[in-house]
Amino acid sequence: MKKLIDIKAFITATIVTILTIILVFIGSRSLQNYDAALVAYLFGTLFAIFGIVYRYTVWIQRPPTWIYVNRSFKVLFSKEFFHFSWYSIKDFVKNIMLQSFILKRGKKKGAAHLLMAIGCSLAFAITFPLTFGWIHFTLVPATGLDPNATDIYTAHFFGFAVLNFPVKSIIGFMIFGALNWCSILVIIGASYFLQKRLKEPGLIAIQTFEGDILPLLLLILVSITGLGLTLDYEFMHGKAYEFMAVTHAFFVIIFLVWMPFGKFFHIIQRPAQIGAHIYKEVGKRKGMQICKQTGKPYTTQLHIADLQLITRALGFNFRNEKGDSFLEYSPEGKRDMLANAHLKARQEAGKFFG
Amino acid sequence: MAQSYKVQQEFFVDMQRCIGCRACEAACAECETNGHESMIHVNYVDRAQTIQTTVQVCMHCDDPVCANVCPADAITKDEFGIVHSANTSRCIGCSNCVMACPFGVPKKMEKYDLMMKCNMCYDRTSVGKKPMCATVCPSGALFFGTREQMEKMRPNSTPVNKFIFGQETVETKVNLMMPKGSTELKVF
Ligand code: SF4
Ligand code: SF4
Repeated sequence: MKKLIDIKAFITATIVTILTIILVFIGSRSLQNYDAALVAYLFGTLFAIFGIVYRYTVWIQRPPTWIYVNRSFKVLFSKEFFHFSWYSIKDFVKNIMLQSFILKRGKKKGAAHLLMAIGCSLAFAITFPLTFGWIHFTLVPATGLDPNATDIYTAHFFGFAVLNFPVKSIIGFMIFGALNWCSILVIIGASYFLQKRLKEPGLIAIQTFEGDILPLLLLILVSITGLGLTLDYEFMHGKAYEFMAVTHAFFVIIFLVWMPFGKFFHIIQRPAQIGAHIYKEVGKRKGMQICKQTGKPYTTQLHIADLQLITRALGFNFRNEKGDSFLEYSPEGKRDMLANAHLKARQEAGKFFG
Repeated sequence: MAQSYKVQQEFFVDMQRCIGCRACEAACAECETNGHESMIHVNYVDRAQTIQTTVQVCMHCDDPVCANVCPADAITKDEFGIVHSANTSRCIGCSNCVMACPFGVPKKMEKYDLMMKCNMCYDRTSVGKKPMCATVCPSGALFFGTREQMEKMRPNSTPVNKFIFGQETVETKVNLMMPKGSTELKVF
């Protein structure tokens, strides 16, 4: 029977959540620098962290996932460490940052996904530290008091002043406008996918509302309401501020709460792809598995040895009486064998057709 | 969605009837769900001995090995027993499913770093149509319809959906037409 609560995952998630709370205290200098307006976001984020760590821990404990985690750690602490660290960095740039594998699935698709990914990652990188109170800005008092001086802001990270910059400068423009740029990127990317999902029969057939449409709508709504805050401030003298602030917070919090459950979890899972690539490389060095039917190599010996363990752990037994395993046959070899077994059965019955 | 999946219609394969024309391959590439890539496999049975070919679709196992061995939870089975192709955002292209499927069905598309496989033309079957391959097969190797229709067409055969691989018994949604009275097929 499936356990209701995974104790290991629960403990890990609790520890990580508590650590985050401690870091919020330290980073905001005992909440001195904490912006009270962000408290609702903080709770949403803590919930997301708990949920994500919980699900991640449950996930990596599954036999097929655990084998990958296990093998990756072994490689990491072996004499090949430098080789595979370099390999991982290259792979990370190519497939996680530039997402070249998605570009190959379609140029427009790849570009749209990249826009969403850049927008989201940048927004996360800005908003999480803000929500945790790790970043805050202060106005240099002298420049604020003197009407003729340009306003100079100081950016603080973890309570330390790190940067002074005039508001009306490129840096100021980028820092205070960054989230707007993120919103625009996300809106373009997500709208592209949304229109595709609304009209392509292949996608319509297999998609679900909560799995595929809702995440896009949430991204768009979070971004639009976020932009709304700036528009209100710039052009409406803050008249709609409350409405904008509440609707934005509402969508962001739904987004955060939904993170551990829905499609957004793939953001956390994706780096495992690097593990899969390393695994293949390591396996290739150890040697290829030859199919007993076709006589051709089809995957690495390491892969088959591990699949034997995985299938056994999951309750499958592909070994025959002689101790040979059906996993030692390639996909093509397996198809041949099924066809041969069928042919034999028909032959024995005395008729090929019936 | 999927409101009109016809549960009384089933898939029946009889590989001895396959003449290797590859019409199914061309038709499969028309399926909207696989991005115009053909997923069906047409193989030679025993090249040295016979000109016989065979054809393989996903058997849609009751307890799919492919989904079980997937480290990314990318493969799911739905309420109609259809085992879907990898979820594109989750699949990490590890090929566990490719190597573990006892029927040799999933394909690893190297350039996309993604596994793809037959999902019984879900764009069609979910709205009450027949899978592409079954509509074009000229020899009756692939048939999609009711059990009664099949019985009438093939009175001397029995649909079997139990396969033995070593000590493992795999039951499937897709049927294989075997000599009358057969209950299972031992492959290995
Ligand atoms: S035939 Fe292979 S791919 Fe299809 S459901 Fe069974 S294990 Fe999965
Ligand atoms: S190739 Fe993709 S679908 Fe297949 S087992 Fe690996 S992650 Fe899962």
